[in-house]
Amino acid sequence: MGRYVLRRLLQMVPVFVGTTFLIYVLVWAVPGDPFEGKCGERDCPASYVAMMRERFNLDDPLLLQYWKYLVNLVQGDFGVTSSGVQVVDRIAAAFPVTLRLALVALLIEAVIGITAGVVSGLRNRGFLDSLVLVSTLFLISIPVFVTGYVVQLVFGLQLGWIAPTVTTPTFGNLVVPGFVLASLSMAYVARLSRASIAENRRADYVRTALAKGLPTRRIVGVHLLRNSLIPVITFLGTDLGAFLGGAIVTEGIFNVPGVGGLVFRSILTKDGAMVTGVVTVLVLVYLLMTLLVDLLYAVLDPRIRYD
Amino acid sequence: MARARLAPGAKTTVAAAAVALAAAACGSADTPAGANTDAGITIFNTEPENPLVPGNTTEVGGSRVLDPMFTGLVEYRAQDAQPANAMAESIDTTDSKVFTVKIKKDWLFHDGTPVTAKSFVDAWNWTAYGPNGTQGASFFSQIEGYDAVHPKDPDGPEEPQEAPAPTAETLSGLAIVDDHTFTITLSEPFAVFPVTIGYEVFAPLPEAFFKDRAAFEEHPIGNGPFKYVSRTVGTDIKLTRYDDYKGNDKPKFKDLTLKVYQSRESAYADLVANNLDFMEELPPNALAGRQYETDLGDRVVQRETLNLQTIAFPFYLPPYDNADLRRAISMAINREEITERIFEGTRKPADGWVHPLMKGYQPGQCGDDCTYNPEKAKEALAKSGYTGEIVLLSNTDGGHQEWAEAVVNSIKNTLGVQARFVPSTSFGEFRQKVNAHEMTGMYRAGWIADYPSIENWLTPLYRTGASSNDGLYSNPAFDAKLAEADKATSEDAAIELYLEAERIMAPDMPAIPLWTQNTIAGRSDRLKVANLDPFRTLDLFSVEVA
Repeated sequence: MGRYVLRRLLQMVPVFVGTTFLIYVLVWAVPGDPFEGKCGERDCPASYVAMMRERFNLDDPLLLQYWKYLVNLVQGDFGVTSSGVQVVDRIAAAFPVTLRLALVALLIEAVIGITAGVVSGLRNRGFLDSLVLVSTLFLISIPVFVTGYVVQLVFGLQLGWIAPTVTTPTFGNLVVPGFVLASLSMAYVARLSRASIAENRRADYVRTALAKGLPTRRIVGVHLLRNSLIPVITFLGTDLGAFLGGAIVTEGIFNVPGVGGLVFRSILTKDGAMVTGVVTVLVLVYLLMTLLVDLLYAVLDPRIRYD
Repeated sequence: MARARLAPGAKTTVAAAAVALAAAACGSADTPAGANTDAGITIFNTEPENPLVPGNTTEVGGSRVLDPMFTGLVEYRAQDAQPANAMAESIDTTDSKVFTVKIKKDWLFHDGTPVTAKSFVDAWNWTAYGPNGTQGASFFSQIEGYDAVHPKDPDGPEEPQEAPAPTAETLSGLAIVDDHTFTITLSEPFAVFPVTIGYEVFAPLPEAFFKDRAAFEEHPIGNGPFKYVSRTVGTDIKLTRYDDYKGNDKPKFKDLTLKVYQSRESAYADLVANNLDFMEELPPNALAGRQYETDLGDRVVQRETLNLQTIAFPFYLPPYDNADLRRAISMAINREEITERIFEGTRKPADGWVHPLMKGYQPGQCGDDCTYNPEKAKEALAKSGYTGEIVLLSNTDGGHQEWAEAVVNSIKNTLGVQARFVPSTSFGEFRQKVNAHEMTGMYRAGWIADYPSIENWLTPLYRTGASSNDGLYSNPAFDAKLAEADKATSEDAAIELYLEAERIMAPDMPAIPLWTQNTIAGRSDRLKVANLDPFRTLDLFSVEVA
């Protein structure tokens, strides 16, 4: 087990270098000079552009630029944005907010999704099963920005039950955006666990457990769920990574000052240092999440060994 | 505050302004009946893109923070955008070349240090000095000695040759006479100069800035009606009223929070729900179908603001160097219909290159060339001899696609030629092509006045070699008239000459004036009064909280 974890951690090094290189190159290779349009309809003074180019090493060859960036990065220096703000400070401020939002969303997704999946999986072709199938189809077919705006408009503006945007990102305030963010994956989780449960319901070990006279609650809760949740866990794990990086739309609608909005605005303003920094952190988080998911497999299914 | 507010009221006449001034003098304007002067308000902002230093901030998100924190020599009145002395006691000149500035005594920065002539001279020298690389440096280019402190890069900033080292650290045109007097010498006479210095980059800076710039950027110190409290990057910036402020007008509320929003749409939702107190430009989803009228009712705030939309021409690219073709295109655009249909009446057709809010503005300077007239347009087209395709370029990230397509259709239908709209995805990419003179057709341009003078609508845009003359238009007679106007000894004489210059360039149609804008803003229920100023920002002095 320890060897496996170590190997996985070592594998992260080339992935880390490769992704940061790609991102760095892509960010600075986007057409358009990053300092055009910074001063409105007039040209920026040449001295300003020259100074900025020097600060971001833009006059060096691309490989050298990247090398300088990487050396700083390894020492924990993520660089400074064009507004003089430390990238690392911005990440430190935005990341916990997004993490909170992602956890809320993951919790909602897991609880509602798995419950709905188990219920409908156990009652094949019943009313509840059809209800779950129809409602998940409905959820899957609506893009997140539609759900978000409708929720904001109906509950926030027309009914006035919730604040239309998040003023302080506490767990309680993040329930509504978390729900919106989770809505799509919730449907997938429900369908995944439904299929898995329905399949395993007829498995030999379930029949054996039934024949032994175990109570239904124990059969479903321990035997059936444990085996059926493996694909669901994979999905949830990668989804957490996706939530952390891709909450751009939800964060925009509900004004959550998190990572999604930060990346989006940094791309628009061509703040290369910020984009590379945030995405690097996201890559690391993603790698750690997949590692965690892989390790969870062994816990759920003892047949899976990593030695 | 760089943009001054003397009297509340969005469209006050001169007489009304005089009444308001008289009222202010009696002290009655300071404590309006029923207003909560200890309240705090929250207004919309975008994340500042630059360090918080006036000379290095030309973008809106940073300006909205620095504007209330600094008071320059001159400010622009909220009702008519006219300059009025703020920190300046007087600005005198006899030849429009040497200006003697006397500043008011007893003013303090927020850290308690006095504002002196040196505060201005040092700040200006710092901003103009090339190696400091400020965004606002070029605003000082008229002052004598600018070339010495800010030498030109011989081959542009992206090329290998570095700009030569400056031969001086300070502008030779600035001289301190005593603590409260300094002189400004320009390299060429420029009658309008006192009007230009209300812009934020001309703000004074305290000693603390020169001692520790990083600390200043963390905690800026100004001399304006509001002082800095705190900043949470990405969330908000908090300011509070500076009670020892010496200006004529005092804010009628205490705390000002500039809240950063991820999107305009989310800010608008907060505004509708009364969680946000003011937002000065509503998002497209609120403007579409006049949705804002249903959502906000009497909380809609609007006024005509200082921007003019035009179509510019690449004079380096045939056939756009043909004056008859340019006139034909202009007469083929149905401005009335487009402003009604696309903008639902929030734009007004323009009839010249100078904004109507300018002092001395004369209507109809463009004459018949800016009126929709299919017959004359076709005549002009025939005279130009051009039969090929007409191309219009614009970036589409600022909501320009709809009108650009309408303009293209109007040209196509009226002139019976091929016309095509070519979009660019981002403003930055679009500006890069404009700056590099790589346009493949005529293109969208817009201008928001830096300072309220007719001169600002002509010189930077159309004078040969001027900073924003991106299309490379050139007309010696026009240049000569501008030079004559710059040397005029009085403002009125200068205005007359600038208007003459506008008439000289009119037949050339160097750019097609399209329309001016009514900015639509919104306020919350909490604000009894909140007005826009002509520069599209909230007039903070007008705000009264219920």
